Amino acid sequence: MKGPGTFAAAIFLSLLAVVMPTKAQTPLTEGIQIGLSTDNVSITAGFSGADLTIFGSLENPDPLVARQGRYDVIVVLEGPAKPVVVRRKDRVLGVWVNLDSETFENVPVSYSVATTRPLQDITEPNSYKQLSLGASNLYMQPADAGDSPATIEEFTAALRERKAAAGLYSENVGGVQFLSQNLFRATVRLAPNVPVGTHKARAFLFKSGLFIKESSAQLEIRKSGFEQSIFRVAHDYSFLYGVFAISLAMITGWLGRLVFRRD
Amino acid sequence: MGIYLPIAEISVNVFVLLAMGAAVGFLSGMFGVGGGFLITPLLIFYNIPPAIAVATGANQVIASSFSGALSHMKRGTLDFKLGGVLLAGGIVGSTGGIYVFAILRRLGQLDLFISLLYVVLLGTVGGLMLVESVNALRATRSGAAPVLKKSGQHNWIHRLPLKMRFRASKLFVSVIPVLGLGAGIGFLSSIMGVGGGFIMVPALIYLLKVPTNVVIGTSLFQIIFTSAYTTLVHATTNQTVDVMLAFLLMAGGVAGAQYGAKAGQRLRGEQLRALLALLVLAVAIRLAIDLFVTPPNLYSLSGAGLSG
Repeated sequence: MKGPGTFAAAIFLSLLAVVMPTKAQTPLTEGIQIGLSTDNVSITAGFSGADLTIFGSLENPDPLVARQGRYDVIVVLEGPAKPVVVRRKDRVLGVWVNLDSETFENVPVSYSVATTRPLQDITEPNSYKQLSLGASNLYMQPADAGDSPATIEEFTAALRERKAAAGLYSENVGGVQFLSQNLFRATVRLAPNVPVGTHKARAFLFKSGLFIKESSAQLEIRKSGFEQSIFRVAHDYSFLYGVFAISLAMITGWLGRLVFRRD
Repeated sequence: MGIYLPIAEISVNVFVLLAMGAAVGFLSGMFGVGGGFLITPLLIFYNIPPAIAVATGANQVIASSFSGALSHMKRGTLDFKLGGVLLAGGIVGSTGGIYVFAILRRLGQLDLFISLLYVVLLGTVGGLMLVESVNALRATRSGAAPVLKKSGQHNWIHRLPLKMRFRASKLFVSVIPVLGLGAGIGFLSSIMGVGGGFIMVPALIYLLKVPTNVVIGTSLFQIIFTSAYTTLVHATTNQTVDVMLAFLLMAGGVAGAQYGAKAGQRLRGEQLRALLALLVLAVAIRLAIDLFVTPPNLYSLSGAGLSG
């Protein structure tokens, strides 16, 4: 009974492997496809995080390369981008005060990665940078570019660290598994506080450390249920919501007096 | 049993909240205060974001002050005219407070400001009350009659212009300090999520010399409206009122208050005040420690461009 509420909620996204019609002509280059069986996911109020499974397939894989396990897949589920303020506390007269801050534009609210192998084994750091792939390679655009690079670097690192601590930036090494020569399954983590909005699923295919192709799909994450209706009313009809909150308090106070009257 | 709070966006234990409401209700019934000054810090200790704790605290205060004011209205210990003037000031102060609240939230200094206000105010009120009640306890022990202030005694407040007569309170006083007091309480109510009874009651007694039996009812009456106004403005400008959270606290609170009142009747006035003073000081010290102890995380994130 004690402890944080854990309404178990699991969601599964079954993805149909979209098998493209195989063309008879050769030679063919490899490709990658992911497809979502649904384009929106509703999570209930008691949601305490879940694993999202995405299926995908390789097109025209070279059987030899596949057998040697030289194909690597990285799947990323990226949340909507929003501006973020990072604040640092410092001591002022003994009291901890939010002093310095740095604003970043377009920071993905969440960023979950699933890979076949550890990132450093798949390809060079440089190609990750070029692809802007991986939480540590995401470019965070500071709102005030005039700040010193060292400061921006420090706040960027803090931003990633806080996001990772909140479970919003995660990495699941081994989260992508080949089920057959061309079918794979990726498991990305959805944090309990996964943001609502349009998420983008992207799959990157590497062959012997070389980037080959990318494929993407969109996914709408929505919250549903009674609590979500309250949230929506509080934001869309805030005045009525306020009046309701006041009436509720008065009725509770009045009923409380009726029930437990002592004079 | 866990429950998800729609506005605070975290899962909490229902029984913890009910117990929290009941405990604070018990104390508020015992001491005749609204309990907002205990609820808001408790919610913050329970990891509810301060902005939501404050707005929801104001909502919860309506329930306890409404139920209290009803009893006083029945007994005729409520000065509507005095309450109305206090309220006029309260609305102005509250509006200003919510404006300051939104600015501080944007600057990232809201949490600090709330904590500082609590430490300073609770520390001062608690300290003064403790000194006063300990003196009273000593006086009764030594058998000396307590020194009562004469009701005819006038201070500088009674020399201000714009005088107004308040019949129920047997008072003829300038409206300036009444409006000012109302405004001050309204400001605190919107920033701290308190009704302000713990400041209003001593101020009415010692500064305006309102008869003690009218003070609590009148203070409760004006608190209903100030906190209702605060709740409404927080709901519309900041969307930080969590009705689910408020309801759980109220449900526990109204029940606890009745038992608290019964328990309070068995204790003497000075003892009650000394206990309340210790409680107030304990909350202040706990909040002060958090200000000085190195936080586990120096960095924090927040959304930019929030209007509130």
